[in-house]
Amino acid sequence: MKSAVIVFPGSNCDRDMASAIESVSGRAPEMVWHRDSDLPAGVDFIAIPGGFSYGDYLRSGAMAARSPIIAVVREAAERGTPVLGVCNGFQILTETGLLPGALMRNKSMHFTCRDAALRVENARSVFTHGYDEGETIHVPVAHHDGNYQTDADVLDRIEGEGQVAFRYLDDINGSARGIAGILNAKGNVLGMMPHPERAIEKAHGNMDGRRLFEGLFEKVF
Amino acid sequence: MTEITPEIVAEHGLSPEEYDRIVAAIGREPNLVELGIFSVMWSEHCSYKSSRLHLKKLPTEAPWVICGPGENAGVIDIGDGQAAIFKMESHNHPSYIEPYQGAATGVGGILRDVFTMGARPVANMNALRFGRPDHPKMRHLIAGVVAGIGGYGNCVGVPTVGGETNFHRAYDGNILVNAMTVGVADADRIFYSAATGVGNPIVYVGSKTGRDGIHGATMASADFDEDSEEKRPTVQVGDPFTEKLLIEACLELMATDAIVAIQDMGAAGLTSSSVEMATNGGVGIRLDMDKVPCREEGMTPYEMMLSESQERMLMVLKPGKEEMAKAIFEKWELDFAVIGEVTEGGHMVLTFEGETVCDIPLGPLADEAPEYDRPYVETPRPAPLEDEPDSKDVMADLEAMMGSPALASRRWIWQQYDSQVGANTVQKPGGDAAVVRVHGTTKALGITTDCTPRYCFADPREGGKQAIAETYRNLSAVGARPLAVTNCLNFANPQRPEIMGQFVGCLEGMGEACRALDYPIVSGNVSLYNETRLDDGSSMAILPTPAIGGVGLLDDWEKSASLAFKAADEQIFLVGETPHHLGQSVFLKEVHGREEGPPPPVDLELERRHGEFVRTAIGEGLVSAVHDISDGGLLVALAEMALAGGMGADLHLERLNARNRAAMLFGEDQARYVVTTTDPDALRKSAKENGIALEPLGTTRDDGQITLDGNDSIALDRLRAAHEGFFPTLMEGEL
Amino acid sequence: MKARVTITLKNGVLDPQGKAIHHALEGLGFSGVEDVRAGKVIELDLAEGASEDDVDAMCRKLLANTVIENYAIEMVD
Repeated sequence: MKSAVIVFPGSNCDRDMASAIESVSGRAPEMVWHRDSDLPAGVDFIAIPGGFSYGDYLRSGAMAARSPIIAVVREAAERGTPVLGVCNGFQILTETGLLPGALMRNKSMHFTCRDAALRVENARSVFTHGYDEGETIHVPVAHHDGNYQTDADVLDRIEGEGQVAFRYLDDINGSARGIAGILNAKGNVLGMMPHPERAIEKAHGNMDGRRLFEGLFEKVF
Repeated sequence: MTEITPEIVAEHGLSPEEYDRIVAAIGREPNLVELGIFSVMWSEHCSYKSSRLHLKKLPTEAPWVICGPGENAGVIDIGDGQAAIFKMESHNHPSYIEPYQGAATGVGGILRDVFTMGARPVANMNALRFGRPDHPKMRHLIAGVVAGIGGYGNCVGVPTVGGETNFHRAYDGNILVNAMTVGVADADRIFYSAATGVGNPIVYVGSKTGRDGIHGATMASADFDEDSEEKRPTVQVGDPFTEKLLIEACLELMATDAIVAIQDMGAAGLTSSSVEMATNGGVGIRLDMDKVPCREEGMTPYEMMLSESQERMLMVLKPGKEEMAKAIFEKWELDFAVIGEVTEGGHMVLTFEGETVCDIPLGPLADEAPEYDRPYVETPRPAPLEDEPDSKDVMADLEAMMGSPALASRRWIWQQYDSQVGANTVQKPGGDAAVVRVHGTTKALGITTDCTPRYCFADPREGGKQAIAETYRNLSAVGARPLAVTNCLNFANPQRPEIMGQFVGCLEGMGEACRALDYPIVSGNVSLYNETRLDDGSSMAILPTPAIGGVGLLDDWEKSASLAFKAADEQIFLVGETPHHLGQSVFLKEVHGREEGPPPPVDLELERRHGEFVRTAIGEGLVSAVHDISDGGLLVALAEMALAGGMGADLHLERLNARNRAAMLFGEDQARYVVTTTDPDALRKSAKENGIALEPLGTTRDDGQITLDGNDSIALDRLRAAHEGFFPTLMEGEL
Repeated sequence: MKARVTITLKNGVLDPQGKAIHHALEGLGFSGVEDVRAGKVIELDLAEGASEDDVDAMCRKLLANTVIENYAIEMVD
């Protein structure tokens, strides 16, 4: 099995993501630089980590979404390779169009770092099958632009197709229908604002994020 | 060439005597570039001319100190071949003028001080002092400073794990923004600033140089007028994205053997970095100003030397390493330019367009810079507190204090900081000290910042002692062994003898405490002239504010304690004698509007013994929750523990037979902790063996309220509403 | 009446956002760009009686940070 973590200038959760992957899978991922035009051969899982790619200038994720490596990630996603985007990674996935919608400035206008209670809405995907549907889990959030918005038709469609993976129990950032994470139609691309890689081990005070990786690696490898 | 007139000399913040000294040192009149360089190097910020004499008296050594003051940051040994590198620095004046960028660039500057030495930054802290919350400018300043600290720290990916915030009218016109960074490095891969090797290339990396903050360094040390808004164009803009790239590029280059010396360009930019590198290495330096990467057209050598553009570093490389280093910086999309070389002869020589525009000996710039023994008068000892008030309604007073600016929850602030990036934050903001695991180990660093300016104002010496002691206590309360401190000494105009007296008094107290606690000072920064000239010609000085940043070590992060009550029916104890000292307390100020009396005296021997006792109890698992008693006293400490744990308490203090109930409940006597335990017998035994006063206070209760002596009580919900409500209410609607 | 306020960084003030956009454009192969400066446009829908002077006051007090930014007001019917 092989994982890859994509690193953009300004990514800052790349090492945390790598630690989480290594802690759960026992194998360190390949770190892939944004200018690369190829993924390492045989990659079976791609993570796009959080941070401030290109300083979040222009729009969060906008410039990273136009990097050379993204074309390759898109092809892999289309072939069915699981792709997880966390925080800035989620913003990048919406900017690439791999996921619908956009992440706007938090309703409070403030950066918000806190614990978030989430309801698992879809426990059938490769990422979420380690949870029970309807279960409440706790995963930290830390973002300025986490307010998920799209038009009502798209919201109805993704709700209907079971593409909403996680929903906030409290209003964290003003997201439409409390959406915290969404899947693509095929279920192999997940974008989420909360940071599962910060809830992996005892030192984090909470291990609810670990089950996402455990479930994923069980299915993929 | 510009003629140097007395007006130009004065504009550069130099006195006529200092100018004469320059002329004597170089044997001729300086040109404008040279004058600019002298003005920067002889500013308070770079030369410490008013403070150096007294700073020398501070204890800076211990077996675990690898590098004390004098380098970019202090370095201590944390075992296993690893070192912690840390420092605190002020960015007060820029933050008042442009709060977002002022605070942001303050964070950027202190980060560079730490990663310059080879450390990956692992934690940021900040110590903030604002004026009265209802001052017309204050909401704007608070919002901007907090957003700026968050904006920079969050983007570079260094967790902001804690800090402190005070309000006092003395800061109405001069807020304080002190930022601290802690980094971790391999102890055998620490990078210093001493340039060596004649002929070695001097390399400039990072952002380009613009006309940012020219005169910033001299401004930072000049009196602060009410019309300082006129000085606005000197504020520089930070780019945390570039800083993040600079961190990664520098750490990548540091993993090779290419670097001889490295220094960040902070306030005073290219001037102080090049002078300090050459001076520390005992060599000379030649820079070709045509090669400095510039952002704007037509920049003069004077502007290049004085620019405070951010996110830049200066390095001396080993010969032949230029291409390899250049490739790393280009990968990270940063500028890289060889701009000069190390020379013999101890001169700084600058050339521009084929001409020598500066040629001055380095000695007078740094080592032989002015040093003043400013006259000072000792602060008179405060009169004893007369008319000690008692509390008519203990719970009403508690509620008022918990919702007051002094004690209200700072959640609104720290929720805007990413406190967890790095995935090593074991204890987040809101506790006594932050606990950050050293990546890949079981070790953790305890980090805290503390100072009680109202104590320092009333009695500088006791206040200085207390600031050190409180960091010692906060580290002990989480189970960390206190190792060393950094400081940021914020004072008003040192040319006023009473202000200089505050400075000297605080330093004496700090030195005494550091010596008694085996807790040396390894780095620091001095910020003077923090005062505002008012319309009537008088001056409003800030309270003397020697902010202290303490760092301690836990061998095992799992053996750290937090303040939250953990479970019902645990026994609560006071470690230390029954409190009774009301002078300068939060109770006196917030409930009675009085700032009077002496601050609580600090018994350093008790601090040490009680700290050791608490740390041992934590290590042995004898205690389940620990909290130090400071602002607000015993009942406030208990209320904070109850709120953090969502757990009430049934308190019985009848036995304590207090002369004055307010003094017992709200007195701020030092060297005290509250602990809870499930094993009271073992704790009592340990206290008895060690001769530690241990007083039972009551029991934790799952009933959602705090009850005192069976009759006074208050619901936690009510207390929480007061405690959490202050900041959101104050800041509502502020952008 | 509407007012369109354009806010730009003053000349000489570092524009991190513009710099990053410039880099990204170059990365996409657009070589014909010398410099990029980013700003903001704020549209105000004004109540009757509000004047350009009022908008100017709004700019100075809130909309622009005159430490580092310039602003221009365009009144649109």
